[in-house]
Amino acid sequence: MNYNWNWSAFLDATPEGNGTYLDTLIQGGVLTLWTALISFALAFVLGSIIGILRTLPGRRIGAFSVAYVELFRNIPLLMQMFLWYFVLPEALPADIGRWIKGLPDGSFYTAVICLGFYTSSRMAEQVRAGILALPPGQKAAGLALGLSRAQTYRYVLLPMAYRMILPPLTSEFLNNTKNTSVALTIGLLEITARARAMQEFSFQVFEAFAAATVFYLAINMISVQVMHIVERRLVVPGSMAGGK
Amino acid sequence: MSDGWRYMILGVRSGMAALCALSFGTINVWAADALTGTLKKIKETGTITLGHRESSVPFSYIDDKQQAVGYSMDICAKVVETLQKDLGLAKLDVRYNPVTSATRIPLMANDTIDMECGSTSNSLDRQKQVAFSTTIFLTANRFVSKKSSKVKVLSDLKAKTIVSTSGTTNIKQINELNSKNALGMTIIPAKDHAESFLMLETDRAVAFVMDDVVLAALAASSKTPDDYEISADALSIEPYGVMMRKDDAPFKAAVDGVINGLYKSGEINKIYAKWFESPIPPRGINMHLPMSAAFKRVVAKPTDSGDPAAYAGP
Repeated sequence: MNYNWNWSAFLDATPEGNGTYLDTLIQGGVLTLWTALISFALAFVLGSIIGILRTLPGRRIGAFSVAYVELFRNIPLLMQMFLWYFVLPEALPADIGRWIKGLPDGSFYTAVICLGFYTSSRMAEQVRAGILALPPGQKAAGLALGLSRAQTYRYVLLPMAYRMILPPLTSEFLNNTKNTSVALTIGLLEITARARAMQEFSFQVFEAFAAATVFYLAINMISVQVMHIVERRLVVPGSMAGGK
Repeated sequence: MSDGWRYMILGVRSGMAALCALSFGTINVWAADALTGTLKKIKETGTITLGHRESSVPFSYIDDKQQAVGYSMDICAKVVETLQKDLGLAKLDVRYNPVTSATRIPLMANDTIDMECGSTSNSLDRQKQVAFSTTIFLTANRFVSKKSSKVKVLSDLKAKTIVSTSGTTNIKQINELNSKNALGMTIIPAKDHAESFLMLETDRAVAFVMDDVVLAALAASSKTPDDYEISADALSIEPYGVMMRKDDAPFKAAVDGVINGLYKSGEINKIYAKWFESPIPPRGINMHLPMSAAFKRVVAKPTDSGDPAAYAGP
């Protein structure tokens, strides 16, 4: 390797005049976190709704929820970013399209919505799997006790299903965080975009991407630890879900 | 022999090689063991790998026959030709490796490519990592406007609406000039070059500020190329060079020698006209970008400086 390592490059000022490279990386890191958290919240809500719909009787509901999952799960994320960002404003009436294109931070909102929908399709499958993994007797018992279907889901099925799918949900959260980097293609200046900008100007490519790598690793390791604590707190003694 | 001695002798050898290369302007036929660095690698393996870009028109791009072509590629081809002769190789295998702005440094550092023939700007910051040949092109931050709007110099843009692409150093510079000279321009940031040009085309902006090569290519491929005019006024200058590994003086001297030779013989004018003033593949567009006065000065007096100030006029 013929490479000139220079870790102090982080403290050099960028030619764009927005502070040092380290400052821009931190700004990027913060934006990555916000994008990841908000999009995951959206994915959690949408994914739960669609996941529950997939376990309900009724052909139309089933067809709709299957179509939703397959649509958002089977189109590559990069393509979805482009569709939301470039195609959607053109497909809408001209006035609304112009309003969307004129939004400040348009790439941030687009990234959150796109990631939210993409991850929700995967989340829906987890929620569905969680509900279906419960013994069928639980649902029958709930209904037999006189609970409505909604009450059966709310008080009997979902509390256990969510506990059961906590480990795969953690993976989905990690995936979602890593997937935020795809948003650099629509101009979101998150941490990977900042690392790219740094290598572009300073040519210190390995230092720049090492910083981004360490950031992702740290965030994801913290997430794993937090989820472990959540799992332990929520365990229902004697139940199959999460009990050890 | 201790390692210390070995390194010392190697150092002396490469120093001598550099000296020879400098004094004769070109290298002569040497035995492989007298060579160091990239020259040694080329001689021993009988191959040289050129890094090229895929869509950097007209410097380095893939044409309709899937070949890497362009202005920089033509210059590199001349370098390869001379290297083969000077290294006394009966056969020199030329490999082509596509690179992007994100991969060019790692691929150069790990010896995958020996030269990058693209449109990479030479800057003092970047010289801490790699070396650059004699400057092969000067790009300038200029503006394009419709001929009908009759704006020629920066002061003509006073109180007008102009557009530039967000996230570029060009828009940063025009913003600074705007506040420094109190021009009162409204500067719209567009999300990419195509959108910036659309703003100009639809008269939402009277001028589009960007690198002149980009502007020339956009104007040339527009519906009505003859309606547009690029300003003579350059707001700043960036030199392009062939990128090489750092601290390989003999190789750099060899490459520079060939390029300086092209300048001296005037052969550069032919190569320049072929890519910037004639229809080029794949769609036959003509950039209509005559050689700038600043680049003519480089041809007359070659330099590899990464400092834009070195290219200012007399």
